Amino acid sequence: MATPVLRWCCPGRRWVFAGIGGVSRHGRGVPTGSTSSGKRGQSSVAQQPLITAQKPRKGEREWAAVVGLEIHAQIASNSKLFSGSQVDFAAPPNSLVSFFDASLPGTLPVLNRRCVEAAVMTGLALDCHINRRSLFDRKHYFYADLPAGYQITQQRLPIAVNGSLAYSVCVGKRRSQMVTRTARVKQIQLEQDSGKSLHDSLRSQTLIDLNRAGVGLLEVVLEPDMSCGEEAAAAVRELQLILQALGTSQANMAEGQLRVDANISVHNPGEPLGIRTEVKNLNSARFLAKAIDYEIQRQINELENGGKILNETRSFDYKLGLMPEPNLPPLLLYDSGSLPPGTDPQQVINIDQLREQLPELPRVTREKLVQQYGMLPEHSFALLNEVGLLEFFQNVIKETRAEPKKVTSWVLNTFLGFLKQQNLAVSESPVTPSALAELLDLLDRKAISSSAAKQVFQELWRSKGKTPAQIVAEKQLELMQDAEALEQLCCSTLEAHPQVVTDVKKGNPRAINKLIGLVRRATLGRADPTVIKEVLERQLSS
Amino acid sequence: MWTRAVWLGLRASAGGRRGFPSKADPQGSRRVTAELIEHLERLALVDFGSQEAVARLEKAIAFADRLRAVDTDGVEPMESVLEDRCLYLRSDNVVEGNCAEELLQNSHRVVEEYFVAPPGNISWPKLDEKEPFSHC
Repeated sequence: MATPVLRWCCPGRRWVFAGIGGVSRHGRGVPTGSTSSGKRGQSSVAQQPLITAQKPRKGEREWAAVVGLEIHAQIASNSKLFSGSQVDFAAPPNSLVSFFDASLPGTLPVLNRRCVEAAVMTGLALDCHINRRSLFDRKHYFYADLPAGYQITQQRLPIAVNGSLAYSVCVGKRRSQMVTRTARVKQIQLEQDSGKSLHDSLRSQTLIDLNRAGVGLLEVVLEPDMSCGEEAAAAVRELQLILQALGTSQANMAEGQLRVDANISVHNPGEPLGIRTEVKNLNSARFLAKAIDYEIQRQINELENGGKILNETRSFDYKLGLMPEPNLPPLLLYDSGSLPPGTDPQQVINIDQLREQLPELPRVTREKLVQQYGMLPEHSFALLNEVGLLEFFQNVIKETRAEPKKVTSWVLNTFLGFLKQQNLAVSESPVTPSALAELLDLLDRKAISSSAAKQVFQELWRSKGKTPAQIVAEKQLELMQDAEALEQLCCSTLEAHPQVVTDVKKGNPRAINKLIGLVRRATLGRADPTVIKEVLERQLSS
Repeated sequence: MWTRAVWLGLRASAGGRRGFPSKADPQGSRRVTAELIEHLERLALVDFGSQEAVARLEKAIAFADRLRAVDTDGVEPMESVLEDRCLYLRSDNVVEGNCAEELLQNSHRVVEEYFVAPPGNISWPKLDEKEPFSHC
């Protein structure tokens, strides 16, 4: 029997039966009971997957995957969600812990206004319906870094529901085309973070630091609308950019400010969804797509082998320790129409006011760039993908007369290329926007050729403080302005190399390049190759 | 707390995955099975060591079951006596913390400035066949 080849319905991906063994998923066995979709026999059929490039061969089965995400983002606030202790990444262990955070008896939760605003703003940015009334729950489970034995969350009636997150992926054979996809946002809820455990296997003990216990989290639940690791990673990336633009979370995955759990299942297209498994605590952007794809492949292999997918997480509902938080009344939000008169503005949250104050979202910024500068969508993505790059670009645009397309090309190719090569951030760049602007002006005026410009840029990068004009003068890179001198040089070159001239006249297309090269050397690189070519061709034809 | 969890657990297992039944239930309370005891022990980390303890549990459930005599048809469940109160919003200022020494005094064992806990999850003799919470 031929080896079954499993086709993967994701842009450009082709999945092969690889016979990998099972992978153990780490993370707490405690599930988040927010979705129950994906159980076998459920009536919903997955949305139509992408059309694959090839027809399935005999004996092959097509597979489609669905990926849902639960994303936890640490809220950027000074103090914690229910207490007044500080939120900070690095501090001496247990120094940012209040009596409430340590769950000492007699302490009560007091809700942080800033955290509520952050949740509302995020909900608005993701086009959610903001629940005017939301409730807090206790989710009980035992773990050493959860001192109270429960986490305060908003499982039943969260602050925002039914939104959508638009993100882009590259499709096509050469992955050159950008298409927009959407993932529905099921809900956004406020909840507490837990402390940190450090496992000391040598002494068989766990060390607990509660600095993180009680920090406010936004949990964003995305429906299983994604079909592979790449889409999931793109969705997470876009959410990250949105949160950063809003200022509601720094969303730095490396620092644990953004954590992702993925719910994954596979099925044959047209059939009901399969059993889902959870891959928890993904906290690296690079690892996220890989881990999800690995799990998808594992499930396919398992099912192809005649096995079954075991759902290891249990549903978390009233049966197993979810109860209302008795110490917190319902959270009520208002809009301009429903604001009760004579209330303390500190004690009420006006959704309309927050909506007006929303900063520009990445999607809008990109659209503006495309419209204003005529750049491709991919370019707008690239500009927003690097911290400080957009600002750099805009500063160059401000100071140069060169065409925006030229600026885009130089910033995204040359400038970014140099940065990446030396692993530098934009803020660490030795070349300032003014310097690049000046260089582009020289190029625009045709004072130097484009190859000379590259040389100048390299020199700018290496030696701080010199201006492009200085470097051009030092290295004598100015283009020859004397047309007559160029004519003479071309003429003499033609005379000196009669064999090459014959080759050109015979119709050899590469012979002319040899002549151009010779003239360039004669001009010490100070003539534009295109101009040389023009002159030579004119002289040859006469 | 665990009494309530037990009650909820039994209600749910008796009545399927519904919310709280509103009609008064004419049936008596159910027997508590060994399976359920094991389940509850694992969840609540309480030791129902003896038959006497199980009997006491059954009595407690029967006592609580008398609530079913109340007809709550069409009545919205109350979740908090605070439901009419205003939820106070605190300003985002740092006003507490910095008391590590004081907090660590509460701990039986301490290493430098960390609380010390047993490895993995809370230890429980009967639990070695399962690993309900594995931490990454």
